[in-house]
Amino acid sequence: MSNQGKMDCGRRNLIVATAAVGGAGAVAALVPFVSSLLPSERAKAAGAPVEVDISKLEIGQMMTVEWRGKPVWIINRTKEMLDTLPKLADQVADPKSEKEQQPTYAKNDTRSIKPEILVVVGICTHLGCSPSSKFKAGADEGMGADWLGGFLCPCHGSTFDFAGRVFKAKPAPTNLEVPPHVYLTDTRIVIGEDKKGA
Amino acid sequence: MAGGTFEKYKSDGSLAGNALEWVDARFPATSLWKGHLSEYYCPKNFNFWYFFGSLALLVLVIQIVTGIFLVMHYKPDAALNASGVPIAFASVEYIMRDVPGGWLIRYMHSTGASAFFIVVYMHMFRGLLYGSYRKPRELTWLFGVGIFLVLMGEAFFGYLLPWGQMSYWGAQVIVNLFGAIPVVGNDLSILIRGDFVVGDATLNRFFSFHVIAFPLVLVGLVAAHVLALHETGSNNPDGVEIKANKDEHGIPRDGIPFHPYYTVKDIVGVVVFLMVFSLVMFFAPEGGGYFLETPNFYPADPLKTPNHIAPVWYFTPYYSILRAIVWNFFGLDAKFWGVVAMGASVVIFAFLPWLDRSPVKSIRYRGPITKVMLTLFVICFFILGYLGTLSPSPMGELVSQVCTVFYFGFFLGMPWWSRMDKFKPVPDRVTMK
Repeated sequence: MSNQGKMDCGRRNLIVATAAVGGAGAVAALVPFVSSLLPSERAKAAGAPVEVDISKLEIGQMMTVEWRGKPVWIINRTKEMLDTLPKLADQVADPKSEKEQQPTYAKNDTRSIKPEILVVVGICTHLGCSPSSKFKAGADEGMGADWLGGFLCPCHGSTFDFAGRVFKAKPAPTNLEVPPHVYLTDTRIVIGEDKKGA
Repeated sequence: MAGGTFEKYKSDGSLAGNALEWVDARFPATSLWKGHLSEYYCPKNFNFWYFFGSLALLVLVIQIVTGIFLVMHYKPDAALNASGVPIAFASVEYIMRDVPGGWLIRYMHSTGASAFFIVVYMHMFRGLLYGSYRKPRELTWLFGVGIFLVLMGEAFFGYLLPWGQMSYWGAQVIVNLFGAIPVVGNDLSILIRGDFVVGDATLNRFFSFHVIAFPLVLVGLVAAHVLALHETGSNNPDGVEIKANKDEHGIPRDGIPFHPYYTVKDIVGVVVFLMVFSLVMFFAPEGGGYFLETPNFYPADPLKTPNHIAPVWYFTPYYSILRAIVWNFFGLDAKFWGVVAMGASVVIFAFLPWLDRSPVKSIRYRGPITKVMLTLFVICFFILGYLGTLSPSPMGELVSQVCTVFYFGFFLGMPWWSRMDKFKPVPDRVTMK
């Protein structure tokens, strides 16, 4: 061809510039699509605090309430249950709750505000299943003979004690999360809010 | 062959002939027909294993047609109806009980999902047997791996839609897997769910992916898979290139036209397949709890995980690999490495064309090492699949770790073991055994 080797560099630069601007536009057009996948304003607003009456929660019983679509367990622990906690200190991965899985007011031996009442999000920190309660000590509920009671995640076998602390060498990396909560009265709890926000 | 030039149709003067000539002048009807069917030459020695490509296409059609009709009645809505049942779950029950013929269409679709994976696994195994992925069919293989990945996504999204207990908790676990990725993981899983938990937003977007995005990509990839295959021509059980030996008309001496020879052969395959398919669909639509899992007959309850959750059978080998990884490396959680291993176990198939260094393609001319490795690989795959359906146990964990090591050893060691083998001479022409 006659025009071989005689490239119009000005025209080529224009083509490159046009393609670059077009490409940037195409990438920018992704923004609304990707952002539409994020939680909507309604979903963000749905995390309202939940008020719970625990006056009917007997000693040794557990109740489940829904907060932000997740189960939150409230357990009125017996003295025997609480007595298991110090014994397990060397078997659980984070006995002193060093990892940020609880508000500072629950960073104590029982991981709670009141020693007997445990408020914890019932979602395994591994892959989000809800563990089942295995409160009976020993092998009665299919656990090992040295089991002192707690929770077993049915999905991948992580186990937790009566304070929601994960046992060592289990798939779950951290203890169960203690949600922010505050006592309005002796028997009324608000979950999802603490003193700062109240 | 495909891509070849074919003469335009010349009318014989009849009305139909005139019409075809008119069309053919404006659309490559004759050339498509000849290039892909009546003058697409296949090796004459295809055996049993060569049914599964066309069967996969058949199942794709079944899934699309039944899917279209299911969408007419299904409602992707996680809100509770007046009876306190999620609307999505109730709409599936409605299809099963009140829509005339709805139960049959739904069972066709749910059985079709499992059938799709059975057929695709057989099709992939055929590739392993006869070296179908080897040069010059690498791109056909890569498109195939793409189809497999998209199919897995399609099946995963579809499984959420009935909004049963297994739908819900299965999705919860799989989406949380992405949370294991360092730094971006948590935001990524929120981006996938569209909410902080699996909920209505998740259900709706999975519905969109399941009925629009993924099927479109799937159909496109299938077209690319077939086009790439028709460009190079099919492999065969002897691994002999039939194009290397052509007659004076340029037609491979060992080739026969796809139509009518293989269309007729495939009809036999279709009839037998549909017999088995119907038996499952009418007499065991739940597939013994493997095709439709029992907890999925309970509506999704975000507050309670079923006592035993397991993925559907076709995902269990990879799920076992995920569970087998229990060690932390480089300061990253075992959870992350489990996800990496699971992803790698699927994607590693894409590298087969370059991992296999054997001088011959077909297992017929390869020695004991290949046969032992392939047998062990299949056994490992089945063991992993079986363990993935069970609850975790220390014994199962150990066995799945052994199998996982072998699974990856099969692929990563292939450049060495595939060369070390003894080989028989490959004939010039295909054989008819």
